[in-house]
Amino acid sequence: MAEKIKKRRTKKESLLLNMGPSHPAMHGTIRIMLELDGEKVLNSEVEIGYLHRGFEKTCENKTYFQVLPYTDRLNYVSPLINNTGYVMTIEKMLGIEIPERAKYIRTIMCEISRICDHLTCLAAMAMETGAFTVFLYMIKAREFLWDVLEQTTGARMTTSYIRIGGIKSDFPENYKQLIGKAVEETRKVLKDCHGLLTKNKIFLNRTRGVAVVSKEDAISYGFTGPCLRASGVYYDVRKAHPYLVYDQLDFEIPLGENGDNYDRYFVRMLEMEQSLRIIEQAVEKMPRGAIEIKNIEEILEPYKAIQSARVKRPTQNIKLSPNLEGTEKEKYPYILTDDKKYIIPPKEDTYTTITGLISHFKFFMKNHGIRPPKGEVYFSVEGANGELGFYIISDGTDKPYRLHLRAPCFHIMSALEMMIKGGYVADIIPTFGSINMIGGELDR
Amino acid sequence: MERETRKMKESKTIKILKEKFPKDILKFSAPFGDETLLIKKDSLIKIMKFLKENPELGYSLLLDITCVDYLGEKPRFELIYHIYSFRLNHRLRIKTRIDEKNPITESVISLWKNANWLEREVYDMFGIKFKNHPDLRRILMYDEFEGYPLRKDYPLRKRQPRLPGLE
Repeated sequence: MAEKIKKRRTKKESLLLNMGPSHPAMHGTIRIMLELDGEKVLNSEVEIGYLHRGFEKTCENKTYFQVLPYTDRLNYVSPLINNTGYVMTIEKMLGIEIPERAKYIRTIMCEISRICDHLTCLAAMAMETGAFTVFLYMIKAREFLWDVLEQTTGARMTTSYIRIGGIKSDFPENYKQLIGKAVEETRKVLKDCHGLLTKNKIFLNRTRGVAVVSKEDAISYGFTGPCLRASGVYYDVRKAHPYLVYDQLDFEIPLGENGDNYDRYFVRMLEMEQSLRIIEQAVEKMPRGAIEIKNIEEILEPYKAIQSARVKRPTQNIKLSPNLEGTEKEKYPYILTDDKKYIIPPKEDTYTTITGLISHFKFFMKNHGIRPPKGEVYFSVEGANGELGFYIISDGTDKPYRLHLRAPCFHIMSALEMMIKGGYVADIIPTFGSINMIGGELDR
Repeated sequence: MERETRKMKESKTIKILKEKFPKDILKFSAPFGDETLLIKKDSLIKIMKFLKENPELGYSLLLDITCVDYLGEKPRFELIYHIYSFRLNHRLRIKTRIDEKNPITESVISLWKNANWLEREVYDMFGIKFKNHPDLRRILMYDEFEGYPLRKDYPLRKRQPRLPGLE
């Protein structure tokens, strides 16, 4: 009897543990099946697809303009970068050049989004290692940045702000003050977080040497973005294939050494500082837009404008819906391309002129609108997680024949099994936090 | 003029490849400036290995694998690989056609580890099988799902019960 018990006690058995898909630490819906020996991870299997909503299939059945809102829902923490990626792919096909001011605004918005994304990622990661204060500080900073986004785009998350041929609307009048405040507050928060985490012994012990990804592995797994740079590989789409105005701005690409969780944290921290630098430079360098809007006192109600347009085109400005603030006709040359085929005409024209009305309908009508030439194109931007690429095949109609998204965190997630193998259960969560998995982008 | 300079530029990788594999390359094109090579299905691994391991080229990053369904054309599917070279700072697109009747091709998992999930996705969405893939299962859809959703003959609004028998 005693022997039997002894035998049972020494028997080696591994434990199967199921993490997720509905688990507070699995941001989004991911399932990790773990085979554990005590606290050590022997093996694991990552299961994705719980947020699959057929993005690519849907896009094949929508017009090029209608696809735009779907791109907001990919990486929903930085929708403006997704918008930019998609829109610039189409612009590459159409061969349109956008005004300089629109380029600068896009750059600023992209960098603000990048900071928001990094803040969210690090906030969650810090919280998971026990630093709840950092979480609150970072979310506070993100709030100031989102104020800029909200006042410019009208939305906090699903922006649909970057449009084919330019942007939806110009900055609000007080943009310098707004951005200045956001940058200042973010700097303060970053300084505080550096103080709280960067040399914190508890944080260092939890993250240093955990989930190390070597240079070779990082390349072999197709890492891009901060995770690749944390492993010490110099690759950033903004430097390798400059788009927008990144080649005219001065910024650096921070690199890590070891490719562990700490480096992934630190690279992101430094990258945010560079992004703040980019924003400040871009705000300084940005060309001026439409400054004066004529007849500011006499603003016509739309119905009056339509009535008077039957006799004569009204000279006064027309009152637009508050949603359209920043899209006045005077601002169009500064924010949108002058190729009338690819943009929505100004509302003032649509209300009062026949050409405006026709081009408005032509834009939205089936089998009209934006129809890129036949061919296939790949274009990528530096997303917050890495290279965000769009591969689009056009067959000459108004709908893409095929649209494929190169989601950066899909590749990084495929390495998670390797990263957590041999580590502890408690380290899975910060590791998972450090790769910044975004369900919308991963599962599409 | 512009077109000519573009052609001058593109020759480096393409030239080496054309010299080395004259029979395997079916077509070269550069739509919108993206260099594209259409190669024979059987020589995929050979060319990829060369591109990755040649010290002059060094296409060490596999950016993407995807597939397109050209319903109605003779080899129905087209596999598309995007690769990137840090050394040349250059992206290259490699394409190969796959027949509907025998949708099977060699896996590139021996060269790039992220091919594992990328090929699973292609299998999941298009039903193309990869030889020597260690774990070819569905990845985004669930195992009981029938059909391949990104094929052009799969209806957009088709609904399936989550599990068989549960309608």
